[in-house]
This record gives sequence, structure tokens and C-alpha cells, in this order.
Amino acid sequence: MSERRRLLLFLFGAVGLAAIYCTGIRNLPPFGDYRGPYGDVIAQLAVYQRHATDTVNAITYDYRGFDTLGEEFILFSAVTGVALLLRPDKEERKRRNQQQSNPASFQDRAALSETVQVLTTALFGFSILFGFYIGTHGQLTPGGGFQGGVIIAGAPMLLYVAENFEAFRRILSHPLIELFEALGAAAYALVGFVALAVGAPFLTNVLPLGKTGDVFSSGTIALISACVGVEVAAGFMLVTFEYLREILAREKNEED
Amino acid sequence: MMILGSGLLALIAVSAFVIVRTDDVTNQIIALSFYGLLFALLFFIFQAPDVSLSQITVGAIALPLMVMLAITRMKHRAELNSRQEKKP
Repeated sequence: MSERRRLLLFLFGAVGLAAIYCTGIRNLPPFGDYRGPYGDVIAQLAVYQRHATDTVNAITYDYRGFDTLGEEFILFSAVTGVALLLRPDKEERKRRNQQQSNPASFQDRAALSETVQVLTTALFGFSILFGFYIGTHGQLTPGGGFQGGVIIAGAPMLLYVAENFEAFRRILSHPLIELFEALGAAAYALVGFVALAVGAPFLTNVLPLGKTGDVFSSGTIALISACVGVEVAAGFMLVTFEYLREILAREKNEED
Repeated sequence: MMILGSGLLALIAVSAFVIVRTDDVTNQIIALSFYGLLFALLFFIFQAPDVSLSQITVGAIALPLMVMLAITRMKHRAELNSRQEKKP
């Protein structure tokens, strides 16, 4: 196809797209306009019904808890897929066992500035504490299990930046984070079955709601949020662990 | 609020353009992280702090990190392949 024809074809497509796009956005509601009744109703009722001052988490972990369960398992299967694709084969495992008998044989080569090392090491404890705070106060203030979990998973990454992969591996046990990832995902579903056991529909908030504004309030919302936090933290750690191990194992192979 | 939102949206458009026009992958990933951070700010001024927190952790940290790790791994594979092709 000649250049001229290609340009004509492009112009034809571009004009068509522009026409459809313009008719599409012509009837959009004005900026910031909200029409549906559900948002207003839930904003009015959530604090009284669920004793959770953060309505967003009352929706995510209670009113539409079943959707969140599905999202939870999307993350779970994504992490499982990465772990499965990057699993070491037999030969690599044998080599790694030999490596473990001689632990000083390999070190990361990156040279780091002292400023980066000091700052990231100092931030390690704070990020874990902050992650726990965000994760356990989701029912009161913005945050929740997902956000807290990712912040906690960031702590060992900080350690990797400050030191090397050896330090990262020393504080994380691979079987343990695998176990916690599975436990977190399973615990969410089990909380749903607790409701079935007492005769209510799946994922009904059956626990005592407590006093509005307390950390231990809002029934299953805080509990599910904690389960999500465990699963997300372990999942992100696992993915980072697998990738780093894979990359560094390759570097090691090239050195041999 | 309206002006702040429009300004941020314009900044997001500019940074998206910068990401596309950046040649080096490492620089691109850093630009991507900045782009994620701008979105977090946008969500915050639109009064959605929950989404903003998720966006900071996922869009500005986790996503660039995963992209970086995946790219590093692919580069290694490409290097190994080219080395093997040269050998025979």
C-alpha cells in the first residue's frame, strides 16, 4: 500500500472515531453530577447500620463484600500464576542447594550511596507500623486491609534497596509467605461461611457491631479487612521474592 | 477546586505524553511512577482518600516495581539468547 493510500485510510478512520467520540460525550452528565440514589442512601445509613465511620470500607467489605471476595481471588490467582511461572526447575534447585552450602559465594553488585542506605533502613520499622495502623483502622478512617497490606509488603523491598537480596531473603521465609497468602484468602471466605453457620446469608455481618468509633467495632468489616491485609501483604512479598530470586539466579549463572 | 482539578488533569496528560516519548525504559518507569502519583493527588482533591491511598501504593510503587522486575528479567533472557546465537 502506498503512503498516500495509507494516509487516506488513517484520515477515514480518524474522522469516524472523532464523530463517534463527539456524539458519545455530548450527552454525558455535567462534571460532578450524581444521579443514582444508592450513594446517598448508603452515606445516610452506613454509620447507623454498620457502626463504621468510613463508609467506603463499609461498602467494600460488607454491602458488596461478595464482589470484594471475587477481587481478592483475582489477586490470589495472579500471584499464584506468577509463582507457578517462575518456579525453579530441577537443575536450578540442585544448583541452589549447592549455593546454600557456600553462602558467601554470591553478593549483589550494586553500589549504593550511604544516604539511601541510612534512610531506607530507618524507614523500615516506620513503614511496618504505618501499614498496621492503616490496615487495622480501615473501619474508622480512610485506608483498610488492601492499602495497609501493600505498605507492609513495601518494608522488605526497602530492605532490599538498603542492603541486598540476602537481607531480603533472611527476613522472609518463602514457605511462610506462601502459607499466609493462602490463609488470608481462605479466611475471607471462611468469615462468609460463619454467617451461613448461624443461618444468615453468605457474608452477612453477624458479629457484634460494638461502639461506633472504636477500633474493635463494625463486626466483620474489621475482620475481613485484616484478612485482606494478610493476603495482600503476603502476595506482594511473594511476587517480589520470586522475581528477584529468578533475576539474581540468572546473574549468578552468567558469572559461572 | 475546579481549577486545581483541571490543572492536574492537564499535568497528567503531559506526563502521559512524556512517558510515551521517553526512550530509555528505566526513565520511563520513573516517569510512570510520577504519573501514578499525580493520579493519587487527583483522587485526593476529588474527595476519595481511600482510592488515593490505594493509588499511591499500587500506581506509584507496586506497578512500576513489577514492570521494572519483569523488564529486567526479559533483558536477561534476551542477552542469554543472543549469546547462545553467537556461540556456534
